[in-house]
Amino acid sequence: MSGGASNFVESVDSVFLLSIIISVFFLVLITVMMIYFVIKYSRKRNPKAVNVHSNMMLEVTWTIIPMILVLILFWYGWVGYKEMADIPEDAMTVEVTAQMWQWQFKYETGKVADSLFVPVNKAVKLALTSNDVNHAFFVPAFRIKKDIFPGRDRAVWFIANDIEVYDIFCAEYCGLNHSAMLAKVVVMSAADFEIWLNAGNDIKPDYKAELNDNDKAETELFESENQN
Amino acid sequence: MASDAEVIGTNRHEPSYLDYKGKHSGIKGWLLSTDHKRIGILYMIGILTFFFVGVFLGFLMRLELIAPGETIVSAETYNQLFTLHGVIMIFLFIIPGIPAIFGNFFLPILIGAKDVAFPRLNLFSWYLYLTGGTLALLSIVLPGGPADTGWTFYIPYSVRTGTNVILPLSAAFVLGFSSLLTGLNFITTVHRLRAPGMTWFKMPLSVWSFYATAWVQVLATPIIAITLMLVAIERLLHIGIFDPALGGDPVLYQHLFWIYSHPAVYIMIIPAMGIVSEIIPVFTHRTIFGYKFIAFSSIAIALFGSLVWAHHMFTAGMSDAGQFIFSLLTMIVAIPSAIKVFNWVATLYKGSIDLAAPMLYVLAFIFLFSIGGLTGVMQGVISINIQFHDTAFIVGHFHYVMFGGTGFAMFAAFHYWMPKMFGRMYNRKLAKIAFWFVFIGFNFLYFPMLVMGWLGMPRRYYDYLPQFHPYHLISTIGSWILITGLIIMFYNLFKALRSGPVVTEKNMWGGETLEWQIDTPPIHENFTEIPVIEERPYMYKDNDPPVEKEETV
Ligand code: HEM
Ligand SMILES: [Cu+2]
Ligand SMILES: [Cu+2]
Repeated sequence: MSGGASNFVESVDSVFLLSIIISVFFLVLITVMMIYFVIKYSRKRNPKAVNVHSNMMLEVTWTIIPMILVLILFWYGWVGYKEMADIPEDAMTVEVTAQMWQWQFKYETGKVADSLFVPVNKAVKLALTSNDVNHAFFVPAFRIKKDIFPGRDRAVWFIANDIEVYDIFCAEYCGLNHSAMLAKVVVMSAADFEIWLNAGNDIKPDYKAELNDNDKAETELFESENQN
Repeated sequence: MASDAEVIGTNRHEPSYLDYKGKHSGIKGWLLSTDHKRIGILYMIGILTFFFVGVFLGFLMRLELIAPGETIVSAETYNQLFTLHGVIMIFLFIIPGIPAIFGNFFLPILIGAKDVAFPRLNLFSWYLYLTGGTLALLSIVLPGGPADTGWTFYIPYSVRTGTNVILPLSAAFVLGFSSLLTGLNFITTVHRLRAPGMTWFKMPLSVWSFYATAWVQVLATPIIAITLMLVAIERLLHIGIFDPALGGDPVLYQHLFWIYSHPAVYIMIIPAMGIVSEIIPVFTHRTIFGYKFIAFSSIAIALFGSLVWAHHMFTAGMSDAGQFIFSLLTMIVAIPSAIKVFNWVATLYKGSIDLAAPMLYVLAFIFLFSIGGLTGVMQGVISINIQFHDTAFIVGHFHYVMFGGTGFAMFAAFHYWMPKMFGRMYNRKLAKIAFWFVFIGFNFLYFPMLVMGWLGMPRRYYDYLPQFHPYHLISTIGSWILITGLIIMFYNLFKALRSGPVVTEKNMWGGETLEWQIDTPPIHENFTEIPVIEERPYMYKDNDPPVEKEETV
């Protein structure tokens, strides 16, 4: 394991962690203050209230501090986004076509597959198009997602870090079987990938052997769903 | 309490608005009444009916999702369920919600007016509301069935699907006009009908919030109306506007849709904030902290909120400059909301706090809205937005804001104002019991969605992979707890209407705004004599120690 499933995981997750820490801090602060005041100044304990109208110092403090924090968050989010937006020139390209309700992956060699096979540790660019309505290509483990519109060229890229199998979801509602529009990313060693790529179209790769039983059942589940 | 009630006190010889006999009587006296209070109640009947329908649909969806695979309905039905649920909850429940019920009933009273500026237009808006609601429900019985596009009607799917898309579109169109006319009415009312002496900074904070909301309603609604018309035209006449197959642009549709629908989020939440600002001083029995900051933050939210629509489209692609600006503005728009939350919490300080039902709902509002707001900030951070977008995280987030925020504020308002509106009191103990069911159920229902969203569970999914099962299961159980609470709550309120103890006390909570100085229930034109306002609301003078000088702004 090297900093998550893809090259983006580390930076996305660290911003996520920061935002969680800030959020939990404020939520706890607000909640604890509320509970404390409600107990301390309950009508029983404190029958006569005192008017406090406003306090400029406080107002400024609780405007400035959150402002600084959201600007910091914004900045890290922006940096992370730029990283995703700049696709390296030497990336290997796979053409991804979405249509109701399946995915198709086409390689530079002309090979076509219904799962995304990629070599580990290599930049992969996905050129995304749709044949019908809007879809979105989503691999949660890689922290990548991109909306796909018919008639537009979109692209995402990533570097997979581990030899593993991950879920692909369609994340933009596309009608009846939107929830069954699933596929897998299969990350292979460079050598295995080379063999697979040159093995011709008709040979269905035996990637399932790599999966444990649990994953296998799951894979079959969505494949059978995909057929209707 | 009610120290100067006598100033504009009325003698109990005039009948209340409920018993008032105008030109018409019986049911006609309601359906043709231009009294803002009766119209408020007409809205209440409509809005609550749709709310119950929406909740029932939500219940069915959660039941379907209790386990992977088909449970109770087919995929097609499920898709129609969430669309209908979304359309009803957004356009028929939460957008009209607080302004149409409580704005209509209380806005004129709070500024010392006898009615809104255009009473007939007001009644007309209610009929538009009713028409829109009927159109939305009509699709259930027509061939083709209800739309299955989601409440966002994204093109091209909404042009392709065989279901009845035109009906909800025209429903939203008509409802848009209803909302727009209400907004227009409120703006004029606030400008023209304030009682003598009620300057802008003497207005109650809920009036500020109704006013800010009304501007958003008037300015943003035409855009959605036109956009939805264009979709209908595209579907009917096959003119290429948004559908790429016809030479249109689907992303243009998303821009136009969110230019309205993001500000619509503020149409939903600002009135709720007004309610909270109204209730807290009453149940702490002290002046509100930072009146001006709360008032101006409403305006700031309305202004900035109109400029952040494209944060719904970070994964849809924009120029880098666009991504940068929309993310930045989104983060900044969180600040005025944060300011409000801090001022509300500060108002508890040194108060004399009575944890009656309205206050419980308000405190829950602050907690749930904070979660909604903070998860909103998280989504404004572009790199993590990419992960959250269109997942259960978003579903959790907007239920926290709209339901935990606006919904809970509305529940607070019911418990706060109902005795005033109907002169009947509910069972206070039962109200608190219901509260705990609703509050706990709510968190069980929606918190798991935040977690599974981060783990990659997409939204609008009829079926899901087994790794998400535990979260879905907890969520569904949460929906049962929540709905149990809702049933207890509305049972209690409805029972009070029929047989609750009668209230004639003018000021049952010790409030200092004008509605607490008139009869319970109010008389036909609210005031026998228009009051003259000399002071800011929520002064609670009797709390001030006689010698000590108070801090001021
Ligand atoms: C007991 C109450 C409720 C339950 C059980 C419930 C449940 C749900 C569920 C399961 C979804 C589908 C999520 C998905 O797309 O994966 C949903 C969507 C939605 N809900 Fe609720 N909900 C409830 C109340 C509300 C309320 C009070 C509001 C508004 C204030 C609301 C507004 C929405 C909206 C706008 C959607 C999105 C529909 C779409 O995707 O087109 N819901 N709700
Ligand atoms: Cu889809
Ligand atoms: Cu928005």
